[in-house]
Amino acid sequence: MTATTYRTCPRSGLQFEAQAEKLMIANAVTAVVALLVGGILAIGVALTRWPAVHLLAADTFYMVLTAHGIDMLIFWIIFFEVAVLYFCSSTLLRCRLATPKIAWLAFALMLIGAVVNNVAVFQGGSSVMMTSYVPMMAAPAFYLGLILFAVGALIACFVFFGTLVVARRERTYEGSVPLVTFGAITAAIIAVFTIASGAIILIPTFLMSVGLIQSVDALVYRTIWWAFGHSSQQINVAAHISIWYAVAAIAFGAKPMSERVSRGAFLLYILFLQLASAHHLLADPGLGTAWKVVNTSYFMYFAVLASMIHGLTIPGAIEVAQRQKGLTNGLFEWLRKAPWGNPVFSGMFIALIGFGFLGGISGVMMGTEQLNMIIHNTVYVPGHFHATVVVGTTLSFMALTYFLIPALFRRELINPGLAQWQPYLFGLSMYFFCLVMMGAGTLGVSRRHWDMAFSGAALAYEWPGAAYLMMALVGISGVVAIVGGAIYIYLTVGSLLWGRRLDEGARSPTFTPVPRAAPTAVAQTYGSAGFAAPGTFVMAMVFLVAFVLYYFINWKYLSQVWGLS
Amino acid sequence: MSAILPPSERLWWKHPLDRVEGTWILIALVWCLTMFAMMVGWHVYGRQNLSTETYRTTPEQFTKKTQAMVDKHTVRTETDQKIPVVAPPPGSDVYLIARLWAFWPILELEKDKTYRLHLTAMDYNHGFSLQPANINIQVVPGYEHVVTVTPNKSGVYSIVCNEFCGINHHTMVSRLYVK
Repeated sequence: MTATTYRTCPRSGLQFEAQAEKLMIANAVTAVVALLVGGILAIGVALTRWPAVHLLAADTFYMVLTAHGIDMLIFWIIFFEVAVLYFCSSTLLRCRLATPKIAWLAFALMLIGAVVNNVAVFQGGSSVMMTSYVPMMAAPAFYLGLILFAVGALIACFVFFGTLVVARRERTYEGSVPLVTFGAITAAIIAVFTIASGAIILIPTFLMSVGLIQSVDALVYRTIWWAFGHSSQQINVAAHISIWYAVAAIAFGAKPMSERVSRGAFLLYILFLQLASAHHLLADPGLGTAWKVVNTSYFMYFAVLASMIHGLTIPGAIEVAQRQKGLTNGLFEWLRKAPWGNPVFSGMFIALIGFGFLGGISGVMMGTEQLNMIIHNTVYVPGHFHATVVVGTTLSFMALTYFLIPALFRRELINPGLAQWQPYLFGLSMYFFCLVMMGAGTLGVSRRHWDMAFSGAALAYEWPGAAYLMMALVGISGVVAIVGGAIYIYLTVGSLLWGRRLDEGARSPTFTPVPRAAPTAVAQTYGSAGFAAPGTFVMAMVFLVAFVLYYFINWKYLSQVWGLS
Repeated sequence: MSAILPPSERLWWKHPLDRVEGTWILIALVWCLTMFAMMVGWHVYGRQNLSTETYRTTPEQFTKKTQAMVDKHTVRTETDQKIPVVAPPPGSDVYLIARLWAFWPILELEKDKTYRLHLTAMDYNHGFSLQPANINIQVVPGYEHVVTVTPNKSGVYSIVCNEFCGINHHTMVSRLYVK
């Protein structure tokens, strides 16, 4: 075992092991670089889909769109997630990181893979979109980069699992792992499934691109690719929900309403969340109705149930903590007097509401077998996943960053006044962006489409004026959101470069175990705490009403189209 | 800060939950099962369900069948490329080819009549996006998807390709007439 040191952060009380700390910093910084590249590319996408601007030429647009998707959905998010995994294991369990050298190897593979893939895309011969559906082929380096990245990410997952074993064996904590670590385990288990699926389909496709394999079946590719493509987004869900629990704990000292319920909900994710990749295949030939119904409902919507549970228990835990501090007036004093000026909290809460109302509800619509026919491959789809991955995941990561800059990077945040506003600017402009995108999708506008005016086509279709208006609003709100993202990058990078150095705290050659917490009063029998979070319950009912109404509006809309059987 | 600390009660799984959580879980479960029932029920009572009838095909086989339909039922041609407009009899099998970067031929159907629409892609994945009805179906090469359609409104429809298929993807748009 190599010698290492443990630093106790004087601000947060967290204990960082030296190796883990360096790896977290490296992964998080690389993630922000990927976000920067993806954000610059977003300018091109937003300004081209804004019909009046129509900035880029077709070939450049498709290249930029391919790179934007991969840099954001894969590289930014997974680099950050690796940092989160190390945080949830080594830092929260106060143990050394298992096999730091192998963790650096994982980082190196991921970095090389990301660079190789990006170079392949920017050379221009790999504008195949993130999905790279065969038989449309990219350059071999495109697949090779993704495979290297995936192998690296898989190794990182195993370093995380190994660290859990180290903590258990060296007895750095007693009892069960913290809830946030449990959520991270969920994310890592999903990640292993995801990466294995990616390998199963990308390796033959790579071999096809270099001529060693004749062909890969188009439908088989779609089926297995989505077990990678959609599941990778489920890693995000588990990861950012863990972050929400962490932020509730950090900002409010909130404890979960019930460990059993929250962990049970994560368990439902492990069991059922993966089935959701079927959402992408609902409009495909060749797959049976029963297969579609069972999978797309995540087996009777048990994973939706899990998300609805987290959606209640996280604000519920905050409400209980706030009420214990005496904010008991009315239904919502606890929420009114929350620290809205603290970007760690505001970012997390804007992410939670947007993920539920915009991302969650629209996701269920698209994932309903029949309703999918009025949504498939329209711009409604990116409207949905910007609500989940940008509002949900990215904004949560941003919120966590504002906590990590002093705790992990030991720097004072430059310009805290600007940081206060950043989650609102970014989050609310993304809300609007997603809404107008879904609006345009409801009118049928295609995704991944360079020119909604169909210039050069003999039989062009004229989209309704409202569709043009919506797409213009997509462009405008997209630009505002990009400004919000740029402010985040400025604050993060600026703080690392010019922020005042903070006291790093005492270093010790041995770990200090996690202290045993004193048992607190919890519900001893069903309902003994009364009705602990009435405000949250009211918000949950508002959510349910919105969900039910929008669900049946879509069925009404479907019932008016052609008969299909 | 207990979500980031080990649970303070070792036997956390034995602790009963609060009424807020119990009530919400029950409501959410009922809603989830309702949505599941809706999706299954629409197969029984609804009129918009996507067919799963699929055959393997090749471009040659499919072109042959399409050509036979075109030879028999063409009523006129349109555009400089003289794309045939085909009016097959109600109830018959109609064929639509999706290829880089066009749909072929143009179909002319009758309102409230049912057709067996065969779809395939000759090369890459394509999308069948019928506008303004907004019906969207994936078209996958190698697979012949047979969708039974019953147009319920007459008019001029457009078919937009909404699966990215290369540099001229935006020019891949065609017509469909319903009389």
